[in-house]
Amino acid sequence: MSGANNRLAVFPTRMTLSVMKQKLKGAQTGHSLLKRKSEALTKRFRDIVKKIDDAKRLMGKVMQVASFSLAEVTYITGDIGYQVQESVKNAQFRVRAKQENVSGVMLPVFESYQEGANANELTGLGRGGQQVQKCKDTYIKAVETLVELASLQTAFVILDEVIKLTNRRVNAIEHIIIPRYENTIKHIISELDEQDREEFFRLKKVQGKKKEAAARDTLERESRQAAEGRWIKAAVAASVANPSLALEEPGDLLGGEDEDVIF
Amino acid sequence: MEGLFYNADDGYLEGIVRGYRGSILTNSAYINLTQCETLEDVKLQLSASDYGSLLQNEPHMSTSMLAQKCTDKLVQEFDYIRAHAVAPLQQFLDYMTYAYMIDNVILLITGTLHERDTHELLERCHPLGVFESMPALCVATNVAELYNSVLVETPLAPYFSDCLSAEDLDEMNIEIIRNTLYKAYLEDFYHFTQSFGGPTAEIMGELLQFEADRRSLNITINSFGTELTKDDRAKLFPNIGRLYPEGNLKLAKSDDVDQVKSACDVFLEYRQFFDSNTGTGSSKTLEDRFFEYEVHLNKMSFQQQFHYALFYSFLKLKEQEIRNIVWISECISQGQKERINNYIPIF
Repeated sequence: MSGANNRLAVFPTRMTLSVMKQKLKGAQTGHSLLKRKSEALTKRFRDIVKKIDDAKRLMGKVMQVASFSLAEVTYITGDIGYQVQESVKNAQFRVRAKQENVSGVMLPVFESYQEGANANELTGLGRGGQQVQKCKDTYIKAVETLVELASLQTAFVILDEVIKLTNRRVNAIEHIIIPRYENTIKHIISELDEQDREEFFRLKKVQGKKKEAAARDTLERESRQAAEGRWIKAAVAASVANPSLALEEPGDLLGGEDEDVIF
Repeated sequence: MEGLFYNADDGYLEGIVRGYRGSILTNSAYINLTQCETLEDVKLQLSASDYGSLLQNEPHMSTSMLAQKCTDKLVQEFDYIRAHAVAPLQQFLDYMTYAYMIDNVILLITGTLHERDTHELLERCHPLGVFESMPALCVATNVAELYNSVLVETPLAPYFSDCLSAEDLDEMNIEIIRNTLYKAYLEDFYHFTQSFGGPTAEIMGELLQFEADRRSLNITINSFGTELTKDDRAKLFPNIGRLYPEGNLKLAKSDDVDQVKSACDVFLEYRQFFDSNTGTGSSKTLEDRFFEYEVHLNKMSFQQQFHYALFYSFLKLKEQEIRNIVWISECISQGQKERINNYIPIF
C-alpha cells in the first residue's frame, strides 16, 4: 500500500514543505483522537454485547413463564383473546425513545412506561381473574425485556457500524495518509537538496568560468596595455599635440568594468 | 314417582350418557399422558381412548387443534343427546346451553360496541352456545338494534329485559354485563331444576349452589383493588347458593382474602378451599380447588339414577377432561413438566 512513490503531486518548494509538515502533524493528532474514540466505542460495544446476551437469556425465561401463564388462563377461563383485544382503548404500556451520546455517536434508547388505567382489570371477574392479572403482569415483564433488548440491539447495530467506520479511518490515516505525507516530505526534502547541490555546482562552474574569463581578461588587458603602453607613449606624445584624445581614455575603462558587473 | 316413568322418556339417553361416562379418561390414562415427551406421544396415548379416531388424520399436532377436536367431539355427543331428548329433558338441556349462549352474545356485543364485523366472530363462538338465529344478531350495526334483536331472537330475552337496558350495554363494563346475565341465568336455572323435585332438584340444587357460590367468591376476590364498588359487587352475587344471604353480605363487605375466608368458615366444604391454600408445598390455586370440588360433586351425581343432573354432570366432567388434556399437552409442548400434575383426575 505504502509504496515508495506514493506521494502527493506537489511542487517541491519550501512553502509546500511547511504545509506538508503541518498536514502530517494534523494527521497524527487526528489518528490518535480517532484511535481513542474507537477504543471507547469498542469498550461500550463489549458492554452492550454482554448485556444483549444477558437480556436474551432473560427473555427466553420470561417468555416461557409468560406463555405458560397464558396457558393457565386458558385452562381456567377458556379463550379470552378477543375480549381482551376489544376492551383495550388506549395502550397502557408505552415506549419512549431517547438519545444517548457515546463519544459523539447518538444511540437511541427506548424506555418503557405505563400510562392510564388497567383496561382489563375486570376480565375474568367471574372466573380466573387472578390468573388473568398474573398473566398480564408476566407479559408486561416480557415486553419490558423486549423493549430493553430492542434498544440494546439498535445500539449494537449502530455501534458496530460506527466502530467499523472509525477503524477504517484510523487505518486509512495510519497506513495511507501518514506514509503519503511522509513520503511527500521526504521527496520534497530530497528535491530541495538536489536543487541545492545543482545550484552549488552551477555557482562553482560560473565561478570557474569567471575566473577563466578574468584570467583571459587580465592577459588580454596586459597585452593590450602593453600595446597601449606603446600606444600611450605615442599618444602622450600625440596628446601633447592634441589633448582631446586623452579624454576618450576613461570611457574605454568603464566599458571593461561593465562586463565584470554583469557576471 | 320419577323412577316409574323416567325410563319411558329418558332411559335410553341415560344409558347413552352412562356409556359416554365410561369413555372418560381414567387416572391411569392421565398418568400415561403425563409421561409423554412430545405431542406425538400424547396423540399415541389418546389413540386408545375415544379421541383416537379424531386425531388420526391430523398430520400436525398442536394444543389448540387438540382442544378444538376434543370440543367438537363433546359437542357432537351433546347434540346427539339433545336431538333425542323429549319435553322436560329437552328444556333442561337447552338451559345448559344458555351459559355458553351468554358468552357468545357477550362476544357479539363486544364486537358491535367496537364496530367490528361480527360475522367473523361467529366462528369464535362456543359451539354449544350456538342458536339458530345467531347470525341474525350480526345484522345489528349498533347496540340498540342488537339489544332489540337479542330480545326477539334469543332465549336469553328474559335475562336481558330484567337486568339491562339498551343504554346499559353501551355504558357498562362488558364483564359486569356478563356477570349480571350469568347471575340471572343461574337463578333461573336453579328455580327451573327445583321445579322437578326429587333427585334432580336435590343434585342440581347442590351443583348450582356451588356454581353460584364459586362465582360470588371469585367476583369478590377478583374485584379487590379494582374500580368495582362494593355495592356493584353485591349486585353480581347470585341470590342462591349456600352463601346466600348472610355469606354474600359478608362477601360484599370484605376488603381482603381473610374476610372472604371468614365468610366461608361456616361451611365445612368451603373451608378447605382456603385452609390448605396456605399449606406449604402445594401449588394448587383456589381455582384448582374449585375445579376439584366441582368434579367431586359431578362424580357424585352418577351415583343416583332417574334424574337429569347426570346430563349436566357429564357435560361438566367432559369439559374438565378437555381442560386436563389441553393442560397436559400445553405443559408438554412448553416444557414445563413440573406443573403437569395440576390437572384434576376424574375417575
